[in-house]
Amino acid sequence: MAVCIAVIAKENYPLYIRSVPTENELKFHYMVHTSLDVVDEKISALGKALVDQRELYLGLLYPTEDHKVYGYVTNSKVKFVMVVDSSNTALRDNEIRSMFRKLHNSYTDVMCNPFYNPGDRIHSRAFDNMVTAMMIQVC
Amino acid sequence: MEAAGGGGSGPPLLLSDAEQQCYSELFARCARTAAVGPALPSEPARALPSTVTAAAGPVADLFRASQLPAETLHLITELCGAKRVGYFGPTQFYVALKLIAAAQSGLPVRIESIKCESPLPRFMMSKNDGEVRLGTPAELHGTKAQIPYLTTDKNAFKRADDGDKQETQSPTMSPLASPPSSPPHYQRVPLSHGYSKLRSSTEQMQPASYEARQSLAQTEGTSSGGPGAKPPRLQATLIRSFSVERDPHDSSSHYPDEPWRITEEQREYYINQFRSLQPDPSSFISGSVAKNFFTKSKLSIPELSYIWELSDADCDGALTLPEFCAAFHLIVARKNGYPLPEGLPPTLQPEYLQAAFPKSKWECALFDSYSESMSGSQQPRDSHWSEKTSVKDMADFSVSTQDVTLDDKQASINTTDDASPKDVSEDPATPKDSNSLKARPRSRSYSSTSIEEAMKRGEDPPTPPPRPQKTHSRASSLDLNKVFQPSVPAVKSGSLPQPPALPPRPCPSQSEQPAEAEVPPQSSRAPSQASESSPTKKDIPYSQPPSKPIRRKFKPENQTPENQELPPTVGGPASAPSMKLHPTVQKQSSKQKKAIQTAIRKNKEANAVLTRLNSELQQQLKEVHQERIALENQLEQLRPVTVL
Repeated sequence: MAVCIAVIAKENYPLYIRSVPTENELKFHYMVHTSLDVVDEKISALGKALVDQRELYLGLLYPTEDHKVYGYVTNSKVKFVMVVDSSNTALRDNEIRSMFRKLHNSYTDVMCNPFYNPGDRIHSRAFDNMVTAMMIQVC
Repeated sequence: MEAAGGGGSGPPLLLSDAEQQCYSELFARCARTAAVGPALPSEPARALPSTVTAAAGPVADLFRASQLPAETLHLITELCGAKRVGYFGPTQFYVALKLIAAAQSGLPVRIESIKCESPLPRFMMSKNDGEVRLGTPAELHGTKAQIPYLTTDKNAFKRADDGDKQETQSPTMSPLASPPSSPPHYQRVPLSHGYSKLRSSTEQMQPASYEARQSLAQTEGTSSGGPGAKPPRLQATLIRSFSVERDPHDSSSHYPDEPWRITEEQREYYINQFRSLQPDPSSFISGSVAKNFFTKSKLSIPELSYIWELSDADCDGALTLPEFCAAFHLIVARKNGYPLPEGLPPTLQPEYLQAAFPKSKWECALFDSYSESMSGSQQPRDSHWSEKTSVKDMADFSVSTQDVTLDDKQASINTTDDASPKDVSEDPATPKDSNSLKARPRSRSYSSTSIEEAMKRGEDPPTPPPRPQKTHSRASSLDLNKVFQPSVPAVKSGSLPQPPALPPRPCPSQSEQPAEAEVPPQSSRAPSQASESSPTKKDIPYSQPPSKPIRRKFKPENQTPENQELPPTVGGPASAPSMKLHPTVQKQSSKQKKAIQTAIRKNKEANAVLTRLNSELQQQLKEVHQERIALENQLEQLRPVTVL
């Protein structure tokens, strides 16, 4: 369902990025990169006072002609960005939320591994499998 | 044997010695069965009398016994060319066997698989083939023989009678130098071959950890160790170690996960290690403690990370005892050269280990429904395992085996936990059984490895890779660091940041000359205390005169409030530092006093100048207002004229 999934660290460098149609990878990388500005805008818009109330799911960041970009920020400022195909109209907000929740859970599992240093690229196979399951329907 | 070195047709078929023997054995059997057996419907199989062929019937049975899915077998028969030529000649048979071995070890079934090294194929023979099995009464007891080690053993220790048979067979096994002389059972072939290799390198091997195992085996192996010869004991213990938990009557004896099964001795060892890290066996080992411990095994961090991922089933960052045992076992297996599995094998699952935990000895688990991804070729792996560890042992140790007592072994067990991961790695690898081979090398091994372990301990856990700098990789235009930093010192100094909306400065007009003339001397005389304020003061006058012409056109009102508020505010901060200076003046020397007083004086002068400037500007503002009113009047007067 998702076309591209990326995990961005707090310092705005990618920890994990994968897109399914691998020929257009550069385009997705660029979209994720530009979406980071929107993410920053959204998280700073609420102000510092409302950090506790800030919701993790940011919603639709911006739509393009073919794709829509959704964002999610954790409390440690790790961002998940997901690009979905615009033609996939059946995809509702709740589904996107659940996908982000799964991503977040897998990410915490990766974090629990003491051999994982925060800030490293994510090489976990379980995480890979989960992401593949989310993207598998795109041919 | 008819097989001529693996046949020449098709892609070159490289067979190792073990494979050569095994395949030739199998081929002979199939051919023999073909000759002996009833007429088979597949006549073409025996169509060509020129070459000895293996009939399709026994071949099909053999292939089915390999437990591969039907389509794989079809693919294999296609690839090996039997379908093409219509019969199973030696080359086709060998190719097929090689492909079966590849398929069992998980490699894709392709022609190229022939070229790569693969372990021996594993066949699960049913009782029907018992007639062909000579000399293995143990197998004829109806249990399906999985692995040669196991077949002999499994029964050997569970039943006394088998033990006798074990002994009787052992003499046949002893002349291992000549494998053909061993019973013509194909299953024996890999065992004997592997065994011969072991023998060749026994002197160097035997890492150790099988001591504990040996002690157990000793007590029970005495029954089978009647002859007292090392070889049978060796074989016995070898098998014993793998099949301790086997039920002889267990029909579901396809435990293809031999290396993933933790034996009794290994388990006790792991439990001891666990206790050394965490006294309470029922609680957890934290992630950092476990990390330090497992890092000593000198595996790479990604591999350790993957092992952790496999073994920490609940992903809580801590290891319970079963999880710890699983992780330790995986590390041991990895060190012995086994590739890590895709998923946690069932025998390493925490529930499984938990169930076995309270029992001192593991009962055999009748888990029939195991579908093993790892099922491929455990048996050949064992031989490989021993071979690999033998090589490794030779690399690690250079010791000669000598007779050792149990005391030595126990002492060595107790000594170094440091060398434990290393030794445990040797553990499963060496089903070398004679005690004599163990303890001495083990004590030596401690000395050789303990240094490494100590060194390893001395090192810190591998330093994390350097984190990327805190740079704004994407928005170079918006460099937050630079944006916020200037404001901080500005705030501290108490001076105002420059007004943001300063229009560009054209060359100052003559009217601003006096103001400028005042400002430069003022700025040159500005003392250090007021240095922060003076640049702003200087800039403000500079900015204001150039903006006057623009102001006249655009926003006169905006600037004047700024002018008004800036000088007083600048005077404010200037006076504040000056006020602060007073208490400090008393403490400082007289020179500083004087300097500060001059600074105060100059600030006051600056204040005066600015107030004068302010008043002048306000006057100008009034004039501008008046001009504007005049112009508006003119406009009103002119307008009716133009309308007309």
